[in-house]
Amino acid sequence: MHKIKTILKAGACILFWSSLNLNAVGQSQNPGLKLPPGFSAKTILDSSGKARHLVVLPGGLIYVKMARPWKGNGIMILKENEAGTASVTGGFGNYGGTGIYVKNGYLYASSNEAVFRYKLNEKNEVLNPDQPERIITGLKMGRQHETKSIVLDNDNNIYVNIGSPSNSCQLQDRQPGSMGVPGCPLLDSAGGIWQFRADKADQSYAQGVRYATGLRNVVGLDWNQQNNTLFVTQHGRDQLNDLFPALFTAKQNAELPAECMYMIKKGDNAGFPFAYYDHLQQKYMQAPEYGGDGKKEAEKKYSAPVVAFPGHMAPNGLLFYTGTQFPEKYRNGAFVAFHGSWNRTPEKQEGYYVVFVPFADGKPSGNWEIFADGFSGVAAVMSPRQAKHRPCGLAQGPDGAIYVTDDVKGTIYKIEYKK
Amino acid sequence: MRKIYTLAFILISLNSFSQTAKKPVAKKTATPVSATTLSINRGKLVYQKFCISCHQADGGGVPNLNPPLIGTSGVLGNKNRLVKIVKNGLQEHVEIDGEFYSNNMPPFKMLTDQQVADVLTYIRRSFGNKATPVLRSEVAQYYVKGKTPQKR
Repeated sequence: MHKIKTILKAGACILFWSSLNLNAVGQSQNPGLKLPPGFSAKTILDSSGKARHLVVLPGGLIYVKMARPWKGNGIMILKENEAGTASVTGGFGNYGGTGIYVKNGYLYASSNEAVFRYKLNEKNEVLNPDQPERIITGLKMGRQHETKSIVLDNDNNIYVNIGSPSNSCQLQDRQPGSMGVPGCPLLDSAGGIWQFRADKADQSYAQGVRYATGLRNVVGLDWNQQNNTLFVTQHGRDQLNDLFPALFTAKQNAELPAECMYMIKKGDNAGFPFAYYDHLQQKYMQAPEYGGDGKKEAEKKYSAPVVAFPGHMAPNGLLFYTGTQFPEKYRNGAFVAFHGSWNRTPEKQEGYYVVFVPFADGKPSGNWEIFADGFSGVAAVMSPRQAKHRPCGLAQGPDGAIYVTDDVKGTIYKIEYKK
Repeated sequence: MRKIYTLAFILISLNSFSQTAKKPVAKKTATPVSATTLSINRGKLVYQKFCISCHQADGGGVPNLNPPLIGTSGVLGNKNRLVKIVKNGLQEHVEIDGEFYSNNMPPFKMLTDQQVADVLTYIRRSFGNKATPVLRSEVAQYYVKGKTPQKR
């Protein structure tokens, strides 16, 4: 009897050990992403906090902006080793946020109401992590669309998204049937992209320029180096059917409005909240809060999107690929990380993947396609909580690999190409 | 009073209908449909119309935006607070199990007391939740109590 017990115990130990072993291998080498032929993916970090945008610098240093401080740090420092895994080597900044960018020897990072910068040394290390220069302050922050994504141009300007604190500028936010506030005065301080100088302390609205308006909430943005222009991806408005059930079906709500990518020039207006872009009809429609009925076209004064994706997929990361590791087709094209929808019930949710849009001379040159899929870990996401990972930030490494963050578990993926 | 009669009549007729339907097949006694079950069934329709897009079919909500309704103390606990949330909406940052939810919930003043009772009974008895039903009389009582008295 005793012998049998011992054998059973030993068996259980072996089973337990082998399951641990399998798990360890499974996590780091095959994150289960579906990619085009020749590409491979691995996770360089399995878990952390809510990882948002990131930058990957020469020397293996990676800075990740966390939505909320993780282990006390709003910016996580990762060091990637030769073997291709990364370890957390530290962190700094006691504020949560989304935006992070590196330009001309400075690391720029945003909280949900301010932007800071940190001087980097020649090894790309932050010199004074506790003494950043606050370059922008006092930005509007609601309880939705409060994140401030950032990017710099080549003329020492920084662009900051200030999202609309409401869904569609209704008198009562998200109230069925509530009409729009006349003129939507919140556009004076939100619902657009603001431009500031990258090197001046404590700027706010008075020192900045409303560079583009009518953008409900931009999370992904990048500077296109080929045509020296800002590109952004907007999160379109929610709940056409919930709020105006007589005018829109649930099926229409699942598709509309389009999630748009815009090429932004100074003074552009993308229509929010007065109009929304319908990618099926390829035109701007008047929003129901402002007299629209799903059929009435909007005034023809809004900037046309350069790409219109299906509704609600939440484009959280935009990256123009300037590397040479990936095949010719990918050079100068755009990668877009879709965080994934919630506003498509009762249909299945969409997004939760990274897409690729081919570009030539700063313009899309073909249809978008899914580049990396499988982050959610389930065949179909019906409810967003089912997704095990949700893509958020994108960055290109010095060798031309791309990195994707996940803000559910804080996994960091690296995608590479080998001939 | 008349409504109670009607309800009783429906219950009796449902009961006798299911009995006649089952008679030739089995000897099992059919269980009468309880008032709670009827409330849950009506509540599900209210949920599908007004709640599902934010709180989702599985009650899981949307991370960072719309609170989950699965096993949370807010849903299982104080009925008074629940009634007020449905009637007045919720415009604050809510923390549940270390996660924050911050989307605006509009007031659903257009719902009748019965609809509020039904939808709350539905969520308290779905998604794995097993809390007591909310009655129409409780909605009226709580909501009046919760209101700040208006001077005339």
